[in-house]
Amino acid sequence: MIIRFKRVLVWLALSAAPLAGAQAQQPEAAPDTMEARVQACTPCHGANGQGTSDPYFPRLAGKPSGYLNNQLLAFRNGRRHYPPMNYLLEFLPPDYLKNMADYFAAQHPPLPAPAVVDASPEVMERGRTLVTQGDYAHEIPACSSCHGPSLTGMEPGIPGLLGLRASYISAQLGAWRYGTRTAIAPDCMQIVAGHLTEDDVRAIAAYLSAQPAPKESSPAAQGSYALPFACGSEPTR
Amino acid sequence: MKPSHLFKKVLSGLALALALAASTAALAQNPAQTSGATPTQAQSQPPAPTQPAAPAQTRVGVGGDLVAKGEYLARAGDCVACHTTPEGKLFSGGRAMPTPFGTLYTSNITPDPETGIGKWTADDFYKTMHEGRFPDGGLLYPAMPFTSYTKVTREDSDAIFAYLRTIPPVRQADRPHDLQFPYNNRSLILGWRTLFFSEGTFRPDPKQSDEWNRGAYLVEGLGHCGMCHTAINALGGSSESKAFQGGLIPMQNWYAPSLTSNKEAGLGDWSIKDIADLLKSGVSHRGVVYGPMAEVVYNSLQYLSDEDTRAMAVYLKSLAQGTPPEPAASPLPTTESSLLLSLGKTVYDRQCASCHGAEGKGMPPHYPPLAGNQSIQMGSAVNPIRMVLNGGYPPGTSGNPHPYGMPPFAQSLSDNEIAAVVTYIRTSWGNRGAPVSAADANALRSAPLD
Ligand code: HEC
Ligand code: HEC
Ligand code: HEC
Ligand code: HEC
Ligand code: HEC
Repeated sequence: MIIRFKRVLVWLALSAAPLAGAQAQQPEAAPDTMEARVQACTPCHGANGQGTSDPYFPRLAGKPSGYLNNQLLAFRNGRRHYPPMNYLLEFLPPDYLKNMADYFAAQHPPLPAPAVVDASPEVMERGRTLVTQGDYAHEIPACSSCHGPSLTGMEPGIPGLLGLRASYISAQLGAWRYGTRTAIAPDCMQIVAGHLTEDDVRAIAAYLSAQPAPKESSPAAQGSYALPFACGSEPTR
Repeated sequence: MKPSHLFKKVLSGLALALALAASTAALAQNPAQTSGATPTQAQSQPPAPTQPAAPAQTRVGVGGDLVAKGEYLARAGDCVACHTTPEGKLFSGGRAMPTPFGTLYTSNITPDPETGIGKWTADDFYKTMHEGRFPDGGLLYPAMPFTSYTKVTREDSDAIFAYLRTIPPVRQADRPHDLQFPYNNRSLILGWRTLFFSEGTFRPDPKQSDEWNRGAYLVEGLGHCGMCHTAINALGGSSESKAFQGGLIPMQNWYAPSLTSNKEAGLGDWSIKDIADLLKSGVSHRGVVYGPMAEVVYNSLQYLSDEDTRAMAVYLKSLAQGTPPEPAASPLPTTESSLLLSLGKTVYDRQCASCHGAEGKGMPPHYPPLAGNQSIQMGSAVNPIRMVLNGGYPPGTSGNPHPYGMPPFAQSLSDNEIAAVVTYIRTSWGNRGAPVSAADANALRSAPLD
């Protein structure tokens, strides 16, 4: 946590900019919009949920609303840990968290340019294989079997994997492996992450963060394809 | 804690009240209200208000009425905040209460006969509420706020018990407390009790109105407001003579302001409506709640009837009457301070004015005014510093279901900038607080957030 905070210092200049000057035409009452209500989130997640220059703060925009809502509940109830967020959400009722999730799911700023990665071709190839084909011998399903052929996720509970930075991806996979992030049972991601080695995680993170944005970045409709095994976050009809 | 400290504490009596105040606040987390697995009892709408008159006249319903009344009173006592974990089953306990002496775990109070209180009688239950004793006579740690609950009438205790009997039983053994020697020895509680516990049901003051007495009964009794809003004295008890005078909550690093002095949160010059709004919805035209107080509003006060909220407001306002006017604060003459202030103004105009207004008037009730807001001018600057570091949302309540938030600035502002902007808001627009230092700001960066 402390390390993350230090890293975040760079973000100072950025967050200051949007607020400056706003005081000139201060309205009498707080605007009755979600945009105004989520201002507590945007210094870290960007005005439209597009993320910030800090590599650890994830993009929220355009992810399936059900997925975002699951995360907000997990933070609120302490199943997922990031103290500044656990604290902010502590006394917010579920209906309101759902509104926040809907708000960010409906934002569609463009995906960031793919990262320039300094990984060897072998590492990138290992990443590509795991993401698109999996590794049968090590019981690793292809990530695309759940996250979708174009990795844009599926409504309502499976997030896309593009537009995320390498350090965020590896931290999340690590969090599942060490049990500090858990999802609704059966927690399929915990099973998947449990079969990955450190090298696998590095390769996947490098590969994913270097992919260009697909033409259509919206998540697939619910039930578009069958999952290899059940996930609590993705109800089957 | 170093052993020497430990022994000093023991010599001066069992310092458990520290633990007591610490842990209520530590529990300032929402219990399970959402997860699908949670029974829905506690989520249901507040039942029809019971008669808001003085407790002695409170009507006892029968059957369903009694249970509904008990549910309402359990809300007023905020039992859920301590006896339920965030995704756990209602009242099954197991919630950790960190204290300076180790960790306490709350009890299962569902009617399971083996692991809960299924074999208890209403007498046993009253003994716990009123005397702080288990059915076998053993002593409870005062982290269970029996020092306040002792004021609860027998009728109200019976109603709560009747309600608890309707909760789905949960088989879950209590987790043993994890206290350091010698606090793990319950006989020490005896010494503490002689110093800090006076058993006795609330006695209405005949000189006051029924409304005032109802408010006093709720604030001093079930509301256990004094558990946080009372100075912790040298022995670690919440002192009776210092009732409602405010204090820093240990482990949590939040300051619970005095409710008796107009200089702190004393509500003497607030309108009854603003106090009632604050208690019931979490926001008002004078200020907002945050931190541990947000928990109290979220889990308890928002469910109280308008009559009861108003009664509490009447009583709270009267507590602060007659306090002498606040002394003029020292002006800030030195060049060092004026440098601090000009940096503070720069930060404020860039980072804060968009919500709180260039003149600190805010946009009430959602963006609280900072000008004339007592809670940022108190002797202790802990709360405004923490607000700037951590930001926050007031609780989402039925009166304010979609609160507006304040972003955290811990990452974007340096210790100097935080000290400067907090000094600026404490001393501008007629505010009379004292300056704060970068060291003060830095010390609170590590304050626990959960
Ligand atoms: C202090 C910076 C900060 C603030 C303020 C903040 N977040 Fe976050 N948020 C983060 C970080 C860092 C993570 C990733 C945490 C982790 O898993 O380690 C995150 C994760 C999330 C996620 C999960 C994203 C995913 O893809 O899994 C959601 C949803 C989210 N935040 C929503 C919000 C909302 C809504 C708010 C405002 C109420 C908010 N955040 C305020 C930093 C912040
Ligand atoms: C069986 C289906 C399944 C498979 C296979 C799968 N995932 Fe997931 N993944 C999910 C679900 C469901 C979630 C959402 C979990 C939640 O609600 O927190 C998720 C979430 C994630 C997240 C979190 C995204 C964020 O924004 O925080 C990452 C990263 C991730 N998966 C990576 C992978 C990788 C890498 C692989 C392949 C090695 C993979 N997943 C394979 C189902 C799957
Ligand atoms: C500030 C936290 C807190 C609050 C609020 C609280 N309790 Fe407790 N309670 C505790 C703790 C801690 C214990 C364990 C005490 C001990 O072991 O000495 C406890 C123990 C009990 C017990 C004894 C159970 C047993 O099996 O021995 C009962 C009964 C009880 N509480 C009922 C209530 C009721 C009813 C309310 C609301 C009116 C309430 N509590 C509110 C913290 C709390
Ligand atoms: C868990 C500890 C805790 C308990 C219990 C508690 N409070 Fe508070 N209270 C605080 C803290 C900390 C603050 C300062 C933060 C704030 O102003 O919201 C506070 C602030 C207040 C304020 C001032 C708000 C302002 O903006 O000036 C009032 C009024 C108040 N409490 C009333 C009550 C009443 C009435 C009860 C009992 C029903 C109660 N409190 C119980 C911790 C507590
Ligand atoms: C996006 C709007 C916004 C911005 C920007 C903002 N605040 Fe706030 N502020 C709020 C809200 C909303 C609350 C109520 C939060 C709560 O109850 O948890 C609040 C509460 C406060 C409080 C507690 C008030 C009380 O009643 O005790 C202080 C002090 C404060 N803000 C200071 C600042 C300072 C200093 C800055 C700039 C560094 C700032 N705020 C920037 C919205 C904002």
